[in-house]
Amino acid sequence: MSLADSVLTGDRLSLARVLTQVENDTPDGRAALDALFPHTGKAHLIGVTGAPGTGKSSLVNQLALHFRKQNKRVAIVAVDPSSPFTGGAVLGDRVRMKDLSGDAGVFIRSMATRGSLGGLAQATAGVVQVFDAAGYDVIMIETVGAGQSEVDIARLAHTTLVVEAPGLGDDIQAIKAGILEIADILVVNKADRPGVENTEKALKSMLDMAHPTQRVYLHHGTPLVPSGHSPQVQRTWGEMEGGWIPPILKTVATEGKGIAELIEQIEKHAAHLHVSGDWAARERARLESELEAALQETLMSQFRERVSDQQYNEVMRQVFERSLSPGEAVKKLTNGRAK
Amino acid sequence: MTDKKIRVLVAKPGLDGHDRGAKVVARALRDAGMEVIYTGLRQTPEMIAEAALQEDVDVVGLSILSGAHMALAPRIMELLKANGQTHVKVFIGGIVPDEDIPRLMEIGITGVYGPGASTEDIVKEIRSAIKGK
Ligand code: B12
Ligand SMILES: Nc1nc2c(ncn2[C@@H]2O[C@H](COP(=O)(O)OP(=O)(O)OP(=O)(O)O)[C@@H](O)[C@H]2O)c(=O)[nH]1
Ligand SMILES: [Mg+2]
Repeated sequence: MSLADSVLTGDRLSLARVLTQVENDTPDGRAALDALFPHTGKAHLIGVTGAPGTGKSSLVNQLALHFRKQNKRVAIVAVDPSSPFTGGAVLGDRVRMKDLSGDAGVFIRSMATRGSLGGLAQATAGVVQVFDAAGYDVIMIETVGAGQSEVDIARLAHTTLVVEAPGLGDDIQAIKAGILEIADILVVNKADRPGVENTEKALKSMLDMAHPTQRVYLHHGTPLVPSGHSPQVQRTWGEMEGGWIPPILKTVATEGKGIAELIEQIEKHAAHLHVSGDWAARERARLESELEAALQETLMSQFRERVSDQQYNEVMRQVFERSLSPGEAVKKLTNGRAK
Repeated sequence: MTDKKIRVLVAKPGLDGHDRGAKVVARALRDAGMEVIYTGLRQTPEMIAEAALQEDVDVVGLSILSGAHMALAPRIMELLKANGQTHVKVFIGGIVPDEDIPRLMEIGITGVYGPGASTEDIVKEIRSAIKGK
């Protein structure tokens, strides 16, 4: 039996091994991903992002406990940064997830970013696919707290939680503008701390300001309106049937307060995605970008095999002398086959 | 970039709150380019074995300053074995009397370190233990 087969039968040791192979991008890992792919596409992927120390791990811990009460199997992928100098990492998210120990329905895996800048590791999507194939119903992905670009998590997850906490600078400017583009649910954690109201207010007014244009997807300048709606009727996305305005929820992760309400909103969001067709749209967009990335990688390595370093360096020299434009250089290197 | 990283679980089994040594060692291993999963205080042997399995680590490092190492270490070795993780190398640091060391080696512990142990030596010995497998 192959390792991938053992993963499908629920063997935890094999699952752990395959995760390592996928993380290290080994030939075995790639083969496992191929074999497991037909079994993916069932899990609800929940992204949890936000500034360092806002309580992401503590929240994930609480959410997992609740999902377990519903008898859902839960996987957690916790990403922390690698040191850019040594390549090493201290992965500490498990410290806040002790309550989940001893439950065979939970599997926690820590990952280092290994040089990737987007808040996730290169291999995070692959690791998530393995968990999906292994039959985990809910997969929570905790990103690096730095959040240089939270867009990666929004692309990967079906539902993205953005976690804020009071006292991080509660004016509108301090809350990153990009947040509303990726948040499906806004969480104000540490609601036991002074200043919650300010944080909540700041988020609310940001949401109100953004509201009229929020989530109207422009397609060549024309608002895309779900079929069944007359495009002549000027309505904001939020008012449209099936629209989604990110709710703001207050939680105290250390005490489990507000978690039931948060779960309710997560489930509402999943239902919304299914009803509106956004679930399929997100899946499609993600798979397409995966396909494109794989294509790029393969075409690039084919190109490297065909073109010698000498040829390449010679063309590069001409580009540097400005006797050849980069576009002309590409034509030359690909024997005129570039468009 | 894709050469295999050494993954180490650093855990504090038992009830003592001495976590300085564990943190010092965790940082030293990170600075040596390893990926360290730190689990924090008050871990039971079951929790440690489970985390070692989920994280598919190469090394488990136990920091014990309570004097309970002779009870905790054998149990952890047993659980690792039961989980099929016989390839995992186990190191212990903290307060361990010299006369306990032979027995710990007998049950399969790879290395034991006391107060003042050099983190350079620890890094070196973890590396060579991994290479040897
Ligand atoms: C600092 C200290 C404290 C601090 C701890 C602060 C903290 N957050 O860590 C405080 C004041 C809280 C404390 C309290 C107590 N302490 Co105290 N404490 C010490 C002391 C003086 C130093 C420990 C230390 O931090 N050293 C610095 C670090 C860097 O060294 P280290 O932990 O030894 O780590 C090195 C090696 O051991 C090894 N290592 C350690 N872990 C690991 C892990 C791996 C994987 C590897 C490879 C190597 C490795 O590498 C490290 C680097 O060299 C020791 C005495 C001593 N000299 O060790 C007593 C000592 C450990 N404490 C002791 C006692 C009894 C207590 C108390 C019970 C006292 C009391 N009656 O209240 C309480 C218990 C508290 C609790 N909750 O558990 C005793 C333990 C006796 C025993 N085991 O038989 C000691 C030995 C003192 C003594 N001689 O009696 N303590
Ligand atoms: N007062 C209070 N403290 C909290 C709450 N949630 C988390 N904390 C504390 O905040 C600290 C950070 O919590 P984590 O869950 O580790 O936060 P995180 O966002 O995962 O942190 P990083 O992964 O390091 O970015 C810990 O000391 C928690 O105990 C809360 O609701 N209220
Ligand atoms: Mg965390």
